[in-house]
Amino acid sequence: MQHETASPATPAVGANPLWEVFVRAKRGLNHVHAGSVHAPDAATALRHARDVYTRRAEGVSIWLVASTAIVASDPDAQGDWFEDDKPYRHPTFYTVSDEVGHL
Amino acid sequence: MEQSSTVPNGSARESHFAALLSAGEKIEPRDWMPVAYRRTMIRQIAQHAHSEVIGQQPEGNWITRAPSLARKAILVAKVQDEAGHGLYLYSACETLGISRDELNELLHQGRQKYSSIFNYPTLSWADVGAIGWLVDGAAITNQVTLTRTSYGPYARAMVRICKEESFHQRQGFEIMTTLAQGSEAQRAMAQDALDRWWWPSLAMLGPPDEQSTHTDQSLQWGIKLETNDEIRQRFVDQTVPQAHFLGLHVPDEALAWNEGRGHWDFGDIDWDAFWEVVRGNGPCNHERLAHKVQAWQDGAWVREAGLAYAAKQAHGAPRNSA
Ligand SMILES: [Fe+2]
Ligand SMILES: [Fe+2]
Repeated sequence: MQHETASPATPAVGANPLWEVFVRAKRGLNHVHAGSVHAPDAATALRHARDVYTRRAEGVSIWLVASTAIVASDPDAQGDWFEDDKPYRHPTFYTVSDEVGHL
Repeated sequence: MEQSSTVPNGSARESHFAALLSAGEKIEPRDWMPVAYRRTMIRQIAQHAHSEVIGQQPEGNWITRAPSLARKAILVAKVQDEAGHGLYLYSACETLGISRDELNELLHQGRQKYSSIFNYPTLSWADVGAIGWLVDGAAITNQVTLTRTSYGPYARAMVRICKEESFHQRQGFEIMTTLAQGSEAQRAMAQDALDRWWWPSLAMLGPPDEQSTHTDQSLQWGIKLETNDEIRQRFVDQTVPQAHFLGLHVPDEALAWNEGRGHWDFGDIDWDAFWEVVRGNGPCNHERLAHKVQAWQDGAWVREAGLAYAAKQAHGAPRNSA
């Protein structure tokens, strides 16, 4: 899940905190990040999220996370921190004779 | 959040950034990016967000006077969408490290702009039709290409916005169709609205390419994907046949189909008039901004009460200690 908050730098004094909004489009699907809203508390943020991100029945469930609570990997870590894709982790790496049929 | 200040190896980051762009990959919020890219993105997304928000005013003006309950419900939904578009875009803009309060402040002080088109008045109900058809139509022509812009959160906001915009254009065209097929007076209203909104709708797509200061760098960074003139030509090509369908006259005597180019030729836009409006001298500049600032000030007590309530809850104050 890509986290898109601005760095949790010091918010302006008296500013409404930022909440990240995740919406489940329908049962059977996972919650997907939709955007963010500002609100003083979770209950208000939830109502704002509903009004902003589900005006056309785009959701059956909403998750909210305070933006400051998100822990994210280092954006510069691409190559070294994430493991390289090993071809032998994929089924296409292996050849199976046609005679075997579906495997 | 100036991540570039802690960069150990500036040139490696610059080449990584350039490599992402040339591979057609998106730039994401926490990626390193040139200061000027960040600045340009903030300016463009903010201007776009402000336009959505200010854009509620000309049409909002007609909500109480919509000719039927159905038209009123549709217009409320449309204007509410524009508020939503503003919020999607502010949300995208904030990922660049600017706060919502700063963005509001910059708009209120006139240091960031919104689209010049919203500085024209809505004089009749037909203007609501003309705005949906022409102004949303022109905006969509621009926004569809922006779904491929290089900054990820902006591109994703554009996808969401484009899905909602086509309802806006179609409801506008439907209003125009109803009027154009109506009584003599209704036809005259529709024609009058087209006469007033046609040229501003062409101008809102931005200055001609040879005068556009940001175009080259923005194209290079994948912020823009087409020039203003290219987008404007496409809008004209799409819209002229629609006007003919309505049986309305496009107020441009130079308008002619050019077989060789495969495009409609059109007359010169009055750029002096456009720049006058951008500079603040359009018919409604003062009114639009003053209204926005007033609404922000009138809402201050609500924001303060919300924060006070949240603080009280956080400190475990008993619920009924009124
Ligand atoms: Fe919009
Ligand atoms: Fe719209």
